[in-house]
Amino acid sequence: MEHLGNAIVQGVLTGGLYAMFAIGLALIFGIMRLVNIAHGDLIVLAAYVALIVTQTLGLNPLLALGIVIPIMAVVGYGLQRGLFNRAMGTDVMPSLLVSFGLSVIIQNGLLMLFSADNKRLQAGALEVASVTLSDTISIGLLPSLQLVLAILVIIGLQFLLYRTAIGRAFRAVSDDPRIAQLMGLNNRHVFGLAMALSCAIVALAGVLLAIRANFDPATGPTRLIFGFEAVIIGGLTSFWGTLAGGIILGVVQSVASSFDPGWQILAGHIAFLIVLAVRPNGLFGRVA
Amino acid sequence: MPDPLLRVRGVEAFYGDFQALYGVDIEVARGQIVAIIGANGAGKSTLLNSIVGLNPAGRSAISFNGADIGGEPPHQIVRRGLTIVPEGRRLFASLNVEENLLIGAEVKRSGDWTLAKVYELFPVLRERRHTPSRSLSGGQQQMVAIGRALMSNPALLLCDELSLGLAPIVVKGIYGYMKAIVANDVSAVIVEQDIQQALRIADYVYCMLEGRIALHGRAGSLSREAIASAYFGV
Repeated sequence: MEHLGNAIVQGVLTGGLYAMFAIGLALIFGIMRLVNIAHGDLIVLAAYVALIVTQTLGLNPLLALGIVIPIMAVVGYGLQRGLFNRAMGTDVMPSLLVSFGLSVIIQNGLLMLFSADNKRLQAGALEVASVTLSDTISIGLLPSLQLVLAILVIIGLQFLLYRTAIGRAFRAVSDDPRIAQLMGLNNRHVFGLAMALSCAIVALAGVLLAIRANFDPATGPTRLIFGFEAVIIGGLTSFWGTLAGGIILGVVQSVASSFDPGWQILAGHIAFLIVLAVRPNGLFGRVA
Repeated sequence: MPDPLLRVRGVEAFYGDFQALYGVDIEVARGQIVAIIGANGAGKSTLLNSIVGLNPAGRSAISFNGADIGGEPPHQIVRRGLTIVPEGRRLFASLNVEENLLIGAEVKRSGDWTLAKVYELFPVLRERRHTPSRSLSGGQQQMVAIGRALMSNPALLLCDELSLGLAPIVVKGIYGYMKAIVANDVSAVIVEQDIQQALRIADYVYCMLEGRIALHGRAGSLSREAIASAYFGV
């Protein structure tokens, strides 16, 4: 039983990272019905940007966030205005295909620039620091930080969406883009800001991922799948549901791997499929 | 005669191969209420959509306040002071009453209309300002839609089928408010299927038939027979 307790605790903490992968996806889908297949690759791109920043400036990765987040936000705004906006419309397929193409381009671009070698961000003592709770349970500082940051990101997003003018504009454009422009909102700009916000969260997720694990140009798609699964398990209605989805995915993976490490990924996918079969709108989604 | 506030010249519109407007001309003078009447499918809403920039139009086909605005994107046209109250009200469902009104203020045009002034005009909205917009009655939703448009401080308000789906007594109330709004230095174009209502409030009337202006004139000068024949095309 003891090892199960530890597995659950570790799973909850991992869930914070999965939630962070997922929140940006959910935000973009919620505001502009864009299924961004390149989301995982943008996370990896952010990791490489952080790699360059930390190497050239000799900064700690967490401090480098102060540079990586604005860079990724600008990249996001540019991608939306220059690329995705041209494919947006009532049909979701064109933008989905464009994002798929972008995914291929990012992966191959990174491969050309950085080769297929594994990379990792060095964060010094933070990587291994932990607090021992009992004989079998000790909590890593970095995983705890992931969960705390995921919660802070959600609180921040809720505040932004429900308490600020730009959040009001996001919701209005999401409700009815045709009428929103008739009320003076420039939908293309609003979409650009939404993608910038999504990519700022992506930057945070990418740096945390890159401190925790090795990455290479082909790492993106698996991150995308965990993000999608967290969003769908949680249901598309709230970011708290997304966090719960990420935690459920993390716990299932962690518990399964405590029995046999080979089951880790498979168990997560099976849990996702069960949720999809039993509650297609997600555990916390409203039934349409 | 001074320049009109809005001048539409030879506007055409197409839905695929189907031509919805055939060279429509209208003018709206400052301080006027202009009604556009016509049967279903005559092209009234299409004309409004062309004016607000949803349909493509030639640069000089539409001029507003002395500037040619044809072909400008809708969000820029709103900034010039031309705002629509869309057919069916179309409030933002996930926004409450006050948030819907505040979206109208996004363009930040200076003018008299503020939240306080809209609440003064529609006191019931102040009481319900934190209510989800869709849980209001139809008449109250129409007030929010009008208030949302007023928050942009328009010089010209386009109203598409204000009476749609509302009880006659409510319609009368809404049009009562329109008088008060126009007295406030705002001109209005009213698209209406309810001819009686339109004639009662308008200074000038255009009657559309199959994508063309079939009849126009001062509201008092048009006979019932002339309107009927222009309306039905007999």
